[in-house]
Amino acid sequence: MRFRLTDDQRALRDGTRRLLARRFGGEALRRAVESPGRLDRALWRALGEAGFFALRLPEAEGGVGLGLPEAVLVFEEAGRALLPGPLIATHLAAGAVPGAATGETVVSAVDGGLVEWPAQADVVRGDAAGAVPMRSLDPLTPLHRVPGGAAADPDPAAVLLTAAEQLGTAARVCELAVQHARAREQFGRPVGAFQAVAHLCAGMLVRSETARAAVYAAAVTADPVDIAAARLLADEAAVRGARDCLQVHGGMGFTWESEVHLHLKRAWVRTQRAGGITESEEALAAALVAGTA
Amino acid sequence: MDLSDTPEEEEFRARLREWLAKTLPGLPAEPSPDDWPGRRSYDLGWQRRLHDAGYADVHWDASPAIRLVFLEETEKAGAPYVGASFVGLLHAGPTIAAEGTDEQRARWLPPILRGEEVWCQGFSEPDAGSDLAALRTRAWRDGDDYVVTGSKIWTSHAEVADWCELLVRTDPDAPRHRGITWLAMPMDAPGITVRPLRTLAGSAEFAEVFLDEVRVPAENRVGDENDGWRVTMVTLSFERGTAFAGEVVACRRVLGELAVEARGNGRWDDPALRRRLGRLNAEFRALWRLTQWNVSAAQASGGVPGVGGSVFKLRYSHARQELYDAAAEVLGAGCLDLDRPWMLDRLSSLSYTIAAGTSQIQHSIIAERILGLPKGR
Repeated sequence: MRFRLTDDQRALRDGTRRLLARRFGGEALRRAVESPGRLDRALWRALGEAGFFALRLPEAEGGVGLGLPEAVLVFEEAGRALLPGPLIATHLAAGAVPGAATGETVVSAVDGGLVEWPAQADVVRGDAAGAVPMRSLDPLTPLHRVPGGAAADPDPAAVLLTAAEQLGTAARVCELAVQHARAREQFGRPVGAFQAVAHLCAGMLVRSETARAAVYAAAVTADPVDIAAARLLADEAAVRGARDCLQVHGGMGFTWESEVHLHLKRAWVRTQRAGGITESEEALAAALVAGTA
Repeated sequence: MDLSDTPEEEEFRARLREWLAKTLPGLPAEPSPDDWPGRRSYDLGWQRRLHDAGYADVHWDASPAIRLVFLEETEKAGAPYVGASFVGLLHAGPTIAAEGTDEQRARWLPPILRGEEVWCQGFSEPDAGSDLAALRTRAWRDGDDYVVTGSKIWTSHAEVADWCELLVRTDPDAPRHRGITWLAMPMDAPGITVRPLRTLAGSAEFAEVFLDEVRVPAENRVGDENDGWRVTMVTLSFERGTAFAGEVVACRRVLGELAVEARGNGRWDDPALRRRLGRLNAEFRALWRLTQWNVSAAQASGGVPGVGGSVFKLRYSHARQELYDAAAEVLGAGCLDLDRPWMLDRLSSLSYTIAAGTSQIQHSIIAERILGLPKGR
């Protein structure tokens, strides 16, 4: 057992973080929020060039030839950076939809009665007939509702990569909360010196690090029950973490200008993907009875 | 990231499984929880068997990953717990190994490994719990002895211990952490009174230990006088992230038993209960992965535990309480019957968020040492 990142995996994670900081830093995020519904195709192609979508495609088919653990690390970074677009659908379409692997084609997919970025995608997989736009909660995720779009059994890879994005959010909101708690002073000292605030931050770390172990392990085993577990832990870490981050930021956290609400809203969007939380809980309960717990 | 056994781990696991299958059927019957002499001889007998089979020092010399295999396999096979050997194997022994003289190592370590002597821990005091450095048990030097007066609390196995690893204050004028000394106190010395402490679960798992001018030879001091705090901290994290590894394996087994019970009594038809158990399944799967993650980090850093210990402890102690609360829901009104399975464990689980650093202290440790938030009070 050597359950830790290899040097190559660490380099991949760091490289992805640098790429996203360069191509989708704070300014770009701000601009994206102010022009909702616009997908940056140049960024999409840059992601394609970096191997974002072709990561798990065999080298013989022009891919990078890496596995789920590497994909999880890359999507964790996407989650951290709040990178917009139907990233997972396009990643999963690599090799099946021409141009998806290189970032030339933007692919979305119907999932659980919803479809993300339907107007901007070149290809929408699944039956999107009768899709109607809705006023999306998340300014960075345009959504259409698909009538009668009951979810088929979700692709475990889609569940896992969503969990990886949630993990990125969980880790990022913990950092943001800690930064704020160290800088913001009230009653003559940093608010992070108050236990009530410090313990909120500690709780965020506990949830994100527990989720990290679950998500990474599920990437290694690719076992659907491990993936369901990873999903529950990562959803919880992201949503509760973002809420606590908002709380630590006080009034500033309630403003549009702060980045915190974007993390919470995206985390909420992701909880609706890939079958939902109830299904994951039922799958884990069923596994107890099947004796594979 | 690799979760599979290395060839060395695989070989160790196979050999251990074979030995456990051969050895466990020959063990004597487990003593009743109130039979302290019986528990002492049962626990030491198990350690003796481990010693004779070459597993005695798995807690000391084996790599963290091998140790995890040991804990996983012994738990799965239903082998005895470390029990009365806990302090000797997991704290006093490693402390002596790290900080003792050659003579001290030769005197105290072999009997621990061979399952011949029991150690207990005299750290906490009525007024020094989470704030251990507030301890007030005094020791004066008198010729070749220290003379110790004070009281200790939460001491497990005090009734049957041969030795006590004792923290005493030797310089009350020094800053709190600099006036403490580590002594090995023979438990048969005159002046020691042990009073069992009954817990809310009804059993006497702990004791209070009163010390009235107890003479401890100065040669029993490990490390320098007034350097006891550092001596103790060297090994406080000795378990390297595996402290509760066996228990996580056991909790996952309990969860499976709860599902079977719920199917049998019809409560499984309640989706809210099913989902609660499903969530606990996710929780304990994650805790096992977190254990593997922490152990791998310790392995990579040459045995030094990472910061993951507090994260794990906080999450696990809470999850254990949740598990037994779910057990109560499965049993319905039966949860009030202490003869039903799990209900005594439910009571003991209440100590988990308190013992070995309360959850509140763990939160503060994480906030200050991992997240770098300013120290607060």
